[in-house]
Amino acid sequence: MEEEQLYTVSVYTENNIGILNRLSAIFLKRHVNIESMTVSKSEIENVHRFTFVVNLSEVRIAKIIGQLEKQIEVIGAYYHTEDETIYNETALFKISTEHLYDEKLQKKFKFRRAHILTITERYFVIEASGSKENIDKMYERLKPYGLLQFVRSGRIAITRPKMAISEILEEIN
Amino acid sequence: MKTLNMEAKQKETAKTVKISGAEAVIRCLLEENADLAFGYPGGAIMPVYDEIYKYHDKFHHVLTRHEQGAAHAAQGFARVTGKPGIVFATSGPGATNLVTGIADAQIDSTPLVCITGQVASHLLGSDAFQETDIIGISTPVTKWNYQVTKASEIPAVMAKAFYIAKSGRPGPVLIDITKDAQFGELDYSYEKCEKVRSYRAVPKMNAEKIQEAATIINNAKKPFIVWGQGVIIGEAEQEFKNFIEKTDIPSASTALGLSALETKHPLNVGMVGMHGNYAPNVLTNECDVLIAIGMRFDDRVTGNLNTYAKQAKVIHFDIDPAEIDKNVKTDVAVLGNVKQTLVEVMKLVDKADHKSWMSEFDKLYQIEVDKVINDQLNPTKEGLTMGEVLGGINKVSNGDAVVVSDVGQHQMFACRYADFIKSRSSVTSGGLGTMGFALPAAIGAKIGVPEREVVAIIGDGGYQMTCNELGTILQTKAAVKIVVLNNSYLGMVRQWQELFFDKRYASTEMISPDFVKLAGAYDIEATRVSKREDLEDAIKTMMASKEAFFLEVVIEQEDNVFPMIPTGATVSDIRLS
Repeated sequence: MEEEQLYTVSVYTENNIGILNRLSAIFLKRHVNIESMTVSKSEIENVHRFTFVVNLSEVRIAKIIGQLEKQIEVIGAYYHTEDETIYNETALFKISTEHLYDEKLQKKFKFRRAHILTITERYFVIEASGSKENIDKMYERLKPYGLLQFVRSGRIAITRPKMAISEILEEIN
Repeated sequence: MKTLNMEAKQKETAKTVKISGAEAVIRCLLEENADLAFGYPGGAIMPVYDEIYKYHDKFHHVLTRHEQGAAHAAQGFARVTGKPGIVFATSGPGATNLVTGIADAQIDSTPLVCITGQVASHLLGSDAFQETDIIGISTPVTKWNYQVTKASEIPAVMAKAFYIAKSGRPGPVLIDITKDAQFGELDYSYEKCEKVRSYRAVPKMNAEKIQEAATIINNAKKPFIVWGQGVIIGEAEQEFKNFIEKTDIPSASTALGLSALETKHPLNVGMVGMHGNYAPNVLTNECDVLIAIGMRFDDRVTGNLNTYAKQAKVIHFDIDPAEIDKNVKTDVAVLGNVKQTLVEVMKLVDKADHKSWMSEFDKLYQIEVDKVINDQLNPTKEGLTMGEVLGGINKVSNGDAVVVSDVGQHQMFACRYADFIKSRSSVTSGGLGTMGFALPAAIGAKIGVPEREVVAIIGDGGYQMTCNELGTILQTKAAVKIVVLNNSYLGMVRQWQELFFDKRYASTEMISPDFVKLAGAYDIEATRVSKREDLEDAIKTMMASKEAFFLEVVIEQEDNVFPMIPTGATVSDIRLS
């Protein structure tokens, strides 16, 4: 059995209805869980970028890339290891205002990439960003204070190696 | 940077006329030389059917008895003609009934353009009558699909649908058109689609890989070719033949590759796979170079991948990059259409002679003849065999018929024993293994190539899945020859129960109606044979008939298909009994 690891999958697509379904169906067909996903526009006009994070062996992720690339509206698909990727995730924590002046709590996020986004009479919201591990740690530390709400974004990632989408588009056209 | 805005481009270049979306659908089809569709009307597709009525002198419609039949008929049409099969269905159940045929076309790379009606766009998502999310449902089994909600989108979307269905590795596309888009007006003009910016239909050829492949082939002592449907789809039959004749390489077909090379060609060593021929399966594990051409190493071909051709260098010619290293790790991948890549590699390969290697195939073939084939073709036991029926058909057809087979034991007998002298003569459901495929596919095939004899070989189980399509024969007079090999069992499952489940025949015994009477009810001449001495005459009568004909042959109940590679076993451990 090949060793599994986290891969960041970047998929450049047309911005059409239904592509998300088409891409996620490829993971579904192979019984692969998607750890996180984000969609946004990309550096190229009218081209969207999906970022999936999956835990798989390289053999399997390479085959999935083949299937992703095969989709008509996919321009290019790539996979990268953690070392090849600069990535970030953002999380929001909603906590009761009664804990706002708790020094212990303040210490827990002081030195991390976190700050208070808003304060109301009843609650305040902390925004934090970093790796999944950092945010998980913060989650564990803040949990005892009673999280009114918690949400974390999918990974956004920039890859160290080049992804030659513009070249592909020029070549076909 | 250029972007794909075909709608805008069209407006700039061509003269336009104002017509309805529904009329545009028919006119787009005619522009693509598609003047025939298989389908079934219903509420949400009625505007299109109204145009079929108005265009009846130019455009023909075959009313099947179920939408699944329409999809399979279109597949049969596409497989024998090489043109995309056109399918119409209404929304909701009409659309969902297509799904099996679409999935079958997807896995067997068959070009289809399916057009479904959809509820009006303002009703989308309201659970309206006969609303279903056919885009969502069909996404995993289509090469491309698209929902049209405005009449103005139709010409560009239709053009794109045809381009995608036909180009590269072909496949089914589905266009779902809301009823208001069919009624709506547009400024119509048509321009064929020649590219889609995010889609590379045929990968670039790589001269280095071709050189590498040629070098390996030139140094091979025991090379072996397995070819698939890619040779047929790429219309590369002649290039393929030139290549194997120059290099003198024994060549075996996958089930879907059958008929690309005539059965009796001296280098044709039969079929690989679970019920394929003995020699090519055994020698897969003895060759030094395995050359795969337009095939995808299906598990029914390879058996256990851990023990498949491990001794050989593998060269894989294919048009689909996703197939490379998917199942079998290749040493050299030659991407491209085999019609071009084989020509290029031909320039670099030496003329060779592999007689002694070929004699190993002959030796093993003789073993198969003695242990399996003779008992099938010239049986001495009382019950009729499926093999002798195919042998009888060969004698009359001389290999010139299109043989359409369903799924199960009879399919393997058809693939193993039918003779072919022309390409596009074997039509079967390979990847999906869809019982019920053959009767409607044979109707579509006959309508596609009316000048050719089309013989459907079907089991008693599969026949009853789609025998409603006899009504389509009644109405179209498609002169299909239907042969039902009736062993009163779901024979393939029964065979597995016998071999792997201690003969516990769970739900495989089948009580069937009187098939001859059933055919008679549809005004189709029909006969039943249960004795060997009557078989030859019955086949002759059937083949001589100018109209559709039904022949039921009562087969020995416990006839098994051999050779056989049990699931998960090694190809070379193929069993002869």
